[in-house]
Amino acid sequence: MNVRAHMSMLFHLDKCIGCHTCSIACKNLWTDRKGAEYMWWNNVETRPGAGYPTQWEDQEHFHGGWVYDGNGDGKPGKLRLRLQSRAGGLAKLFFNPDLPSLEDYYEPFTFRYGDLFNAPEGDDQPTAIPISQVTGRPLDIESGPNWDDDLGGSPLYAASDPNRRNLSPEVQEALSEVERVVFNYLPRICNHCLNPACVAACPSGAIYKRVEDGIVLVNENKCRGWRMCVAACPYKKVFYNWSTGKSEKCILCFPRMETGQAPACAHSCVGRIRYMGVLLYDADRIEAAAAVPDDRLLDAYMDTILDPFDPEVIAGARANGIDDGWIAAAQKSPVYKFAKVWKIALPLHLEYRTMAMMFYIPPLSPVMSTLENALTRLDINTEVEDFELLERLDAARLPVQYLANLFSVGDEQVIRRILRKMYAVRLYMRRKTVEGVMDDATLALLAGAGCTPEEAEAIYQLTTLPHVNDRFVLPPYHREMAVETWKDPLAHKGEVGIGYIQPPKRGD
Amino acid sequence: MNWNTLFFVILPYVALFIAIIVTIYRGIYRPFSISSLSSQLLERRRLFWGSIPFHWGIIIILTGHLVALLVPRSIVLWNAHPLRLYLLELTGVGLGLWALIGLLVLSWRRMTVDRIRVISTPMDFVVLALLLISVVTGLITATYYRWGSYWFTGIFTPYIWGILTFRPDAAPLAPLPFTIKLHVFNFYLLTLAFAFSRLVHIITWPVGYLIRPWQIVIANRGLPVLNEEEASQ
Ligand code: SF4
Ligand code: SF4
Repeated sequence: MNVRAHMSMLFHLDKCIGCHTCSIACKNLWTDRKGAEYMWWNNVETRPGAGYPTQWEDQEHFHGGWVYDGNGDGKPGKLRLRLQSRAGGLAKLFFNPDLPSLEDYYEPFTFRYGDLFNAPEGDDQPTAIPISQVTGRPLDIESGPNWDDDLGGSPLYAASDPNRRNLSPEVQEALSEVERVVFNYLPRICNHCLNPACVAACPSGAIYKRVEDGIVLVNENKCRGWRMCVAACPYKKVFYNWSTGKSEKCILCFPRMETGQAPACAHSCVGRIRYMGVLLYDADRIEAAAAVPDDRLLDAYMDTILDPFDPEVIAGARANGIDDGWIAAAQKSPVYKFAKVWKIALPLHLEYRTMAMMFYIPPLSPVMSTLENALTRLDINTEVEDFELLERLDAARLPVQYLANLFSVGDEQVIRRILRKMYAVRLYMRRKTVEGVMDDATLALLAGAGCTPEEAEAIYQLTTLPHVNDRFVLPPYHREMAVETWKDPLAHKGEVGIGYIQPPKRGD
Repeated sequence: MNWNTLFFVILPYVALFIAIIVTIYRGIYRPFSISSLSSQLLERRRLFWGSIPFHWGIIIILTGHLVALLVPRSIVLWNAHPLRLYLLELTGVGLGLWALIGLLVLSWRRMTVDRIRVISTPMDFVVLALLLISVVTGLITATYYRWGSYWFTGIFTPYIWGILTFRPDAAPLAPLPFTIKLHVFNFYLLTLAFAFSRLVHIITWPVGYLIRPWQIVIANRGLPVLNEEEASQ
């Protein structure tokens, strides 16, 4: 056992209102620079939808992530990068056919506001025409950030969602029916994977994972602009800065976390959907867990995350230099509770086998809202309506299979179990707080969903009424100690601030 | 001192000295500025037709030059038969043309595509011009002064070794035709430009990728730097 700590974020999708505040917070803080205008380290997509960059999930096209060739025949297989072999990577340096182009994102634009003031006198109101932020020239805007925002049933955008592929034609059709149109929001950041494809694809070895918190970073001093990482990341969360010639990605706001603040996206989240916490994982198990057939992938993955109360794990953590503050934070981690204890949170697209470390609680609301309507129309006895609903997830407006394609390697049963549990918690709390009496049927329902009343209360508490310190359980980073490994801290203290700043400059 | 000594003895030393010192300085103190400066994100179709022919063409030709420099005997022996001499020369011309086409596409792209023009620095154009001169004079040499591979080993191999071993002797170069001299002179200009342009990315060619572990994990404190294989291959 090789215990390491990881900072993970959890997204409670039921609570996301699609306000994009997170994206703006991130943009203002990190990517409001030349060459980075088109980057959204944090973006919120409407699902079903095309996503950003367009159809990023289509790995047949973009060749991101890992492939495992042991599916099916029972023999242990091998993992390999879908993008390239080692030699193949070097051969593609001069032109990489799998690299997305700016059109796959969008051409960043602004408006010539000066025209509003400087236009000569005339009969018409002056207008500020859109100009490209790359060339500065007038531009016909053809797409932009969140171009398909809220276009859930769109035959153009929603229909091109790669996750709809294996849905039956009838279900697909229903998704675009005007009265049944449905969508939910999917906020995405870099997943700071345990088996990151971006790291593996970088010919310069410029990308690395930090031991202390698992954050994946690009060392821009080592980056040579070969941009293999951009293509290899299946989530398309490494971006190429066309101005500096370097790759950039989400840094999980490590400068904020090191000073005890939650990442900007999480901190600013209006729906309070985001949770931050420590997970302890076993680094020795990653390789084996990534190389199992699809049907065992989720379990193997969850097994790499360790129980922070297990004395053996605690001893292992201490042996690896993880301090008690981190272990305590891991024990209070909301991410650990949702993902491992209550088992209602899942990683996004685990089948890419990068072992993503950000978690999602699948959305219940779009599923149930239709159900209730559909059942009302079906004239079902309102006394037992709630219970019937639970049995009829098939009638859900957002197909369970669709959610399974996003979160559980296509396994519907996992999603059903989670939705049942969440719905059972909802019914239980409704009985308790609205009707004030608890009946045996509800308790039986709760038990049937694999949940105890205490657990239901705890889930309810952390979902709806968490204090900010419950949502963000940040460990002490002890940056003051980090410097000790290479320098006398007092000398360091005396020296910082001396030197000059080199502005990032495109190589000349 | 005559022009010959200035261009083919003094200039090479100055160019090499500057290239080495500035590259080292840049590598240590301005590592951020070293990049291949890819512009594929902004424009990909023309890059495909330009970058691939240019890079592969020039790499193979340079390797040929290097072989003639390091193992001249191999070239001489190979050329012992006229047919093989033809073959070598023809391959050289073919590759040169291929590189030239790539270079022309790249220049055209840099000058006409809006998005590429805005990210171009004056140095990018200098480099393109020097490379064009290099490839064109090389091609002229190969067509008009044939059997280049023959006398390269006779004249240039000893000359370059002379430079590298600090016993420079440029006298054999004096009677050579102008184009060939220009080709050599231009090479030294490229060497001069090397450290100040995007050309530095040549030495960052990441061969280490062939052997490094897939995953890289780094500790800021406590644990040592860990390099480990976490995903198999
Ligand atoms: S999601 Fe992040 S860590 Fe994972 S492969 Fe992409 S860039 Fe790398
Ligand atoms: S700020 Fe929060 S609620 Fe708003 S879009 Fe982002 S994740 Fe959703």
